[in-house]
Amino acid sequence: MAFAGNNSRALPWALVTPALAWTLLFFVLPFIAMGLSSLTAHEGGGFTLANYSQFFTDPSYWRAMVNSLEVTAIVTVISILLAYPFAWILAEQVPERWQRLALMLAVLPFWTSYVVRSYSWLLVLAQNGVVNRTLTGIGLIGEPLQLANTRFATVTGFVHFFVMLLTLTIFANLKQLSPSYRKAAADLGAGPVRTFLHVVLPLTLSGIMVGAFLTFVLCIGDYITPQILGGNNELVMPQLVMMQIGRRGDFPLASALSIILMAVVTIAYLACARWLKIERA
Amino acid sequence: MRAAVRLAAWVYAVAVYGFIFLPVVVLVLFSLQATSFPIPPFTGPSLRWYQAVLSDARLTSALVNSLLVAVLSSLASVTLGFLSAWGFARFVLPGSAILRGLITLPLTVSYLIIGMGLLVLFNWAGVPKSLLAAGIGHVVINLPLCFAIIYSQMGDHQINIERAARDLGAAEWKVLLMITVPVMAPAIFAGFFLSMTFSWDEFVISFLLTRFETTLPVEIWNLLRSGLNPKTNAVGSLVFAVSIVLVVFFELTLLRRKPA
Repeated sequence: MAFAGNNSRALPWALVTPALAWTLLFFVLPFIAMGLSSLTAHEGGGFTLANYSQFFTDPSYWRAMVNSLEVTAIVTVISILLAYPFAWILAEQVPERWQRLALMLAVLPFWTSYVVRSYSWLLVLAQNGVVNRTLTGIGLIGEPLQLANTRFATVTGFVHFFVMLLTLTIFANLKQLSPSYRKAAADLGAGPVRTFLHVVLPLTLSGIMVGAFLTFVLCIGDYITPQILGGNNELVMPQLVMMQIGRRGDFPLASALSIILMAVVTIAYLACARWLKIERA
Repeated sequence: MRAAVRLAAWVYAVAVYGFIFLPVVVLVLFSLQATSFPIPPFTGPSLRWYQAVLSDARLTSALVNSLLVAVLSSLASVTLGFLSAWGFARFVLPGSAILRGLITLPLTVSYLIIGMGLLVLFNWAGVPKSLLAAGIGHVVINLPLCFAIIYSQMGDHQINIERAARDLGAAEWKVLLMITVPVMAPAIFAGFFLSMTFSWDEFVISFLLTRFETTLPVEIWNLLRSGLNPKTNAVGSLVFAVSIVLVVFFELTLLRRKPA
């Protein structure tokens, strides 16, 4: 639905140009600058592919990418497995009038600051933190466990965040399902388990995929959680990028690593998009 | 059987709620610690760490900076987003789909990479690190969001109201200010509110693009260098309280808008 007024040439462009200019100037141009920077040498400038070859030849850099992918995969799977039953309980078992409150409570810690949330897990998992004090207190373990500064801590911090996010998306998905599907399945003689496995689960699968993709993108690009909870024992890609800037001011290498990270996310997006399309057909 | 399922569901739900609330409860509880370490045993309650936060000039000025950046960058995002959404929804423009795709593209890129790109560009162009630079970055991440929210809410029935106003002789700017903006108010408000919360909590772009004057998340990050500290608990609890007030306010105003 559109119309053509007498000033229809100038006005629409005047409306959309500021937003377009902003995006070109502060999103596209920086990206080009980063691309050019990644092709220059840190010392002395000049065109080089060394920043990229460094990533592919140095095993410690390569290791960071593997760590990133492993942590992201683990977090995505655990978060979905925890969030799906939880969202199902909220949507099916909690009485209708309490659902809004139950959901709001379930995502309340979502509103703490992201940095503070990771710090809070540090309090829980520290050498003399709540978990270790409780376990030694009841005599379950003699010595405190090393929980902070491990991959376990990073995964726990991430899962905490993404369980809340996925509960929201899966809950919305379950509520959108028309009850007539379930009635039809029941009329045709399917029990609750079969109805769930053959009707409800397939119908919510595309929503799960969207949530999984969101988790993947946010998780693999995050610097805060691995830095606070994982420490420096086992680096992930964003930590490697920040290290190049912080310690050595090596913008070209940091640019190259950012572009590699972005390429991986793009590949995941393309893989996911194709999968979703097949689902819809 | 039914009762067993219900019991299992309850146990599971309580366990997940416990997991979700564990860090927040620990954070708030030990912000009231009377001694210098936020670890068991609990020695409070005491408000000394809240006092320490409120008398810390660095933290309070970072809080003001954060509010300033959040409000101004959200205003810019929602203005640019609204104008472009209106332009694309009401007029036929050549290459419209591609241009709309361009505006929403930053949504698919992580904050770290957006911040890195701006850092490289500003470094190259000689733009100094500042709150303004961070604010520009916040508009980059929030403009696509505002655009997407407002664009998706521009339906046909609103066009008819605008057309009626034009038929009655209203100038284009009058239609915009007196018809479109009031009709689109819920979407505009939602875009502004979301931008505020994202800017308020944004860390990595501000971390990369500011130096001396900085925002609250970066200042909290600097506090973390001193290890576990009840002061960090106190400032974290305060931020949480402010967010809860905002969310409850938002929920209530949204609920009120819904037709009964």
